[in-house]
Amino acid sequence: MTDRLPGFSTLAVHAGAQPDPTTGARVTPIYQTTSFVFNDADHAASLFGLQAFGNIYTRIGNPTTAVLEERMAALEGGTAALAVASGHAAQVVVLQQLLMPGDEFIAARKLYGGSINQFTHAFKSFGWNVAWADPDDIGSFERAVTPRTKAIFIESIANPAGSITDIEAIAEVARKAGVPLIVDNTLATPYLIRPIDHGADIVVHSLTKFLGGHGNSLGGIIVDAGTFDWSKDNKYPMLNEPRPEYHGIRIQETFGNFAFAIACRVLGLRDLGPALSPFNAFMILTGIETLPLRMQKHCENAKAVAEFLAGHPAVASVNYAGLASDRYNKLARKYAPKGAGAVFTFSLRGGYDAGVSLVSNLKLFSHLANVGDTRSLVIHPASTTHSQLDDDAKVRSGAGPDVVRLSIGIEDKEDLIADLEQALT
Amino acid sequence: MNHDTYDDNYIRSILNSVKSIAMVGASPVNVRPSYFAFKYLAQRGYDMIPVNPGHVGKQLLDKPFVASLSDIGRPVDMIDIFRSSSHIMPVVDEALTLSPLPKVIWMQLGARDDAAAEKAEAAGIKVVMNRCPKIECGRLSSEISWMGVNSRTLSSKRAPIPTQGMRLSLNRMSVGGAATAASDRAAKNKGEPT
Ligand SMILES: Cc1ncc(COP(=O)(O)O)c(C=O)c1O
Repeated sequence: MTDRLPGFSTLAVHAGAQPDPTTGARVTPIYQTTSFVFNDADHAASLFGLQAFGNIYTRIGNPTTAVLEERMAALEGGTAALAVASGHAAQVVVLQQLLMPGDEFIAARKLYGGSINQFTHAFKSFGWNVAWADPDDIGSFERAVTPRTKAIFIESIANPAGSITDIEAIAEVARKAGVPLIVDNTLATPYLIRPIDHGADIVVHSLTKFLGGHGNSLGGIIVDAGTFDWSKDNKYPMLNEPRPEYHGIRIQETFGNFAFAIACRVLGLRDLGPALSPFNAFMILTGIETLPLRMQKHCENAKAVAEFLAGHPAVASVNYAGLASDRYNKLARKYAPKGAGAVFTFSLRGGYDAGVSLVSNLKLFSHLANVGDTRSLVIHPASTTHSQLDDDAKVRSGAGPDVVRLSIGIEDKEDLIADLEQALT
Repeated sequence: MNHDTYDDNYIRSILNSVKSIAMVGASPVNVRPSYFAFKYLAQRGYDMIPVNPGHVGKQLLDKPFVASLSDIGRPVDMIDIFRSSSHIMPVVDEALTLSPLPKVIWMQLGARDDAAAEKAEAAGIKVVMNRCPKIECGRLSSEISWMGVNSRTLSSKRAPIPTQGMRLSLNRMSVGGAATAASDRAAKNKGEPT
């Protein structure tokens, strides 16, 4: 007899959680504690030595957070996950396991503006060098590979323009180069796209967006696909060499196909410190229970709003991969058949000034720097999230001066369209 | 049988039915994976026997080392081989001389010898390769999810609080799916030139 496999919505509600062993509480309790008592000295030693499963200190792991981690690993189809304080923290922790000073990684040019800043400026001071490639030109990834390349980083659906990345083609470049493919799946969520099914080795998220879904909690997560052989060519000493801080343990040899997630926890999170608060883990877990329902509504509303804008005389163009006329529509149908997400951009015939006046005329859309909330959101990326890029980089990342970004919420779509209509006239 | 992936029920039935486990290559050095696995399985109520000719005369967690499988002197249900792939065959050959035969031969994470597996299976012995019984036991009981690992199981039942020597229920609902597909892909990629 083979096991019957539950579907995505069942996993979104149940994976990782079970009634509390002590109290029987059915909802995952918030274990708001810094530390956990040891049974005896031997138990303490074996926990610290990574020999036993168990809790020590909330910077390293927490039972509320562990439920979130297992749930995300299950939803993404990975072997294990590690939750951290924010999406940005997830990116630092991942790359810290892969790069030594002087090493390189290749990143898609179309990324969240904050990630472009992090990679260009913050990582430079660690000696991690980024090489940019164009996700619409797979050859530019191939040409960027050098002997010091240690990873490739892309977004599945790219912020801000909602363009869809050809994950399988870039996974093939990564495989040939012998480096892992890291996919930021924030804007898609595993409900729309599961990058591991398309060849990703590591998935990261800002949980702050659709996964938490209610705009109330920051968080980030790293999911290990369990697919990469870290011992090959000894390119990844954090995973493959004896770790002096753990009496010579080799992480890959000891933890097999979830070694990367363990390295992120015991070498990254433990030492860099960006732990997620158990309260935030609880809020995000509650959000994830309704992820499938919310994503359906987000996508349905986004498509209706994009269609409305595409037909409006004041609008010069709409970038939404869910529209049949969009240049990414073919990729959207392949990678995200359930919907092309709910974050997209459009540009106004009136340029920068028309964008500024639209934002100030809207009554229901909130003007703020986030995406993936139940509420509909609007921003002018060129003057905010992408303001630190030079003009050329703004245009290349899809955030030119005439561009407005929307994140469509789960309100009634008629109300969203009416608000845009009154603001455009 | 296919040894790239295992149905959870196969692993579950093995871990639920065996009581005694002889660990070939068990190490008394407390940073070696074999030591962790030995200690964990002993804590989870398995009757553990350390086998390592280099440590005869010593004890591993109060169990005396024996030099070889033939020196155990009593029936064992499972042999867990903590040796690299090239050292598997002689251990399997020795296991096949035991009477009664062991019910299961398990090769550790990273170890695989298909010819040895075939020989053991021809004698009616169940074989698991390239897996760790500690990880599988922790996964199927969900104890391992304290570390964010995907147990690939679900349960709506209240779990007991594990105590020393306690056997945990492994009979949760399996989720399977993509995690297995991902390890398939890893195994497949390994064989291909890059
Ligand atoms: C695609 C993407 N990745 C990463 C981040 C960073 O996440 P956080 O703000 O949680 O650090 C964001 C935030 O806007 C994002 O949109």
